Amino acid sequence: MSDATPARSTNHTAPRTSGPPLAVEASGLVKHFTSGKKVTKAVDGIDLAIPTGSVFGLLGPNGAGKTTVVRMLATLLQPDGGSARVLGHDVVREADAVRSAVGLTGQYASVDEDLTGTENLLMLARLYGFTGGAARRRVSGLLDAFSLSDAGGRQVKTYSGGMRRRIDLAASLVLAPRVLFLDEPTTGLDPRSRNQVWDIVRVLVEDGATVLLTTQYLEEADQLADRIAVIDHGKVIAEGTSTELKRSVGQGAVSMRLADATQRAEAAAVVERLLGTEPTLPTDPYALSARVPDDGAHAVAQILPALDEAGIAVPEFTLGQPSLDEVFLTITGRPLPDEDGDDGDAGSREPVHAEEVSR
Amino acid sequence: MTAYADSEVTTTTLRQAVALDERPSRPSALSTTLTFGWRALLKIKHVPEQLFDVLVSPVIFTLMFTYLFGGALAGSTTAYIQFLLPGILVQTIIIVTVYTGYTLNTDITKGVFDRFRSLPIWRPAPIVGALMGDTVRYSIASVMCIGLGLIIGFRPEGGVVGVLLGVLLLLVFAFSLSWIFTILGLLLRTPNAVMGVSMMVLMPLTFASNIFVDPSTMPSALQRFVDVNPVSHLVTAVRGLMAGQPDGGEIVWVLVAAVVLTAIFGPITMRLYRTRH
Repeated sequence: MSDATPARSTNHTAPRTSGPPLAVEASGLVKHFTSGKKVTKAVDGIDLAIPTGSVFGLLGPNGAGKTTVVRMLATLLQPDGGSARVLGHDVVREADAVRSAVGLTGQYASVDEDLTGTENLLMLARLYGFTGGAARRRVSGLLDAFSLSDAGGRQVKTYSGGMRRRIDLAASLVLAPRVLFLDEPTTGLDPRSRNQVWDIVRVLVEDGATVLLTTQYLEEADQLADRIAVIDHGKVIAEGTSTELKRSVGQGAVSMRLADATQRAEAAAVVERLLGTEPTLPTDPYALSARVPDDGAHAVAQILPALDEAGIAVPEFTLGQPSLDEVFLTITGRPLPDEDGDDGDAGSREPVHAEEVSR
Repeated sequence: MTAYADSEVTTTTLRQAVALDERPSRPSALSTTLTFGWRALLKIKHVPEQLFDVLVSPVIFTLMFTYLFGGALAGSTTAYIQFLLPGILVQTIIIVTVYTGYTLNTDITKGVFDRFRSLPIWRPAPIVGALMGDTVRYSIASVMCIGLGLIIGFRPEGGVVGVLLGVLLLLVFAFSLSWIFTILGLLLRTPNAVMGVSMMVLMPLTFASNIFVDPSTMPSALQRFVDVNPVSHLVTAVRGLMAGQPDGGEIVWVLVAAVVLTAIFGPITMRLYRTRH
């Protein structure tokens, strides 16, 4: 699935022969946790290659190992195996260089609730080396940009969920990091606050930052990430762009409902002739669907006229790209847990057809 | 609340706020440590209840022992308070040190510590800074404890200098003792577990000592324990200083113990801090 070989030399600093230099690269990352006699492989050999200036999404359910990966990359955890580099710096041997370059936001890297928003940022600014007036200017600029100026004097524990996430984000931007790790940045946020966080991420990336984002939400990965790795039980089980992942399930599918159930066999023949794929016949006697082959866009356009010509009335016709939860279902055989509500992507929520699952 | 309803993160202000023309140079170990000390002081300011909690028990102990048992133990309450107060002061401060472990563990469970660990700073700074801030907390507790004593009849022969030196010796010891609680703070799962385990250790240490009574009436096995109990040595040293009869041997004993505690438990703390999951 990945082209990274475990044998790759750890001194290898040169970027790959093609494409932009890598902001984050990991090969064979492993982390075990021992609790009592039980050893859990939280991360079980993960390879990553994240180009500079892109957004990379780690998508997976709770407990898949996403957070552990981020903690290793952010130098908070030492890997038990494999190696990782951030902007060319080894996360174990050059941890301080990595720490100077990354910002971190997540459930485990948070601000102090007892302190005010201003105090939290001021403390971080001083810890990063800003002094006196420079620290204050930096902090007030950030508070202003995150619409927190008015709340700056209040203890963080009085903040709403959205404000809380904004102060967390602001805290990770004090040193203008070139690589930003966001661990589930929008979990538990209302749609409006979530959109704000997304907007912030987009602006940062436009300005050249690299973002590694973990999420349980398909829509979030789909919306933000240039590339997505689906991880489950500590392993990358699929990787690619959102489109590539969807294509791995199939190019998409057409589904239709006929006005007259007796015409279904005839309609199926027309569809099969045009698309070259065998339609599936669901239990609903009026329904018919078929996978669209890779070069099938033109053929799809001909389906309705052809059916019309054959005198078959089609009151419902949808063309859907498969969604990422279908991808997850296809690869793991189980649906993604904790799915966020419907995002209006109708037509793409069809269950995966048996034929496609077996591929 | 409505004041934030129209809050929007606008692209231009965000760009300007994040952009950084010149990266600051890395701050010194001292300056980062002081920043963490500043944080500890802010916490005292924002959460004064913490201090209140730890002061309730010494107040109760002082009043109870002085008025209930004072007459029986030392002939009169005034005579007893001269004996008891330095001991109660030691007990109070030693119990306040537990809060070092408690706050450290709270930081860990809330995720604040991981942010500190992700910063390019001198590694021990968060812990050393917190301990320095805690010293201020110990000082406040000392002032309140001695203040109460003065109100109810504590008249130290050693005068202001003797009392200050006694408190100083106590602070040095408390700082070194805190390293044990930072270890518990890093090892245990919840802040309350830290509290529970620490109290289990401290209760016998403070009661099986010479804080409340002269150990000469205790059974000999217990006396042997009281004699090796570091708390007893500390109490004797502080008592001597405050009474204007400093006991050089005990003071040296306490200082050596402080150095040994720091030398052993400081590095263990730092090792746990670096490798903690």
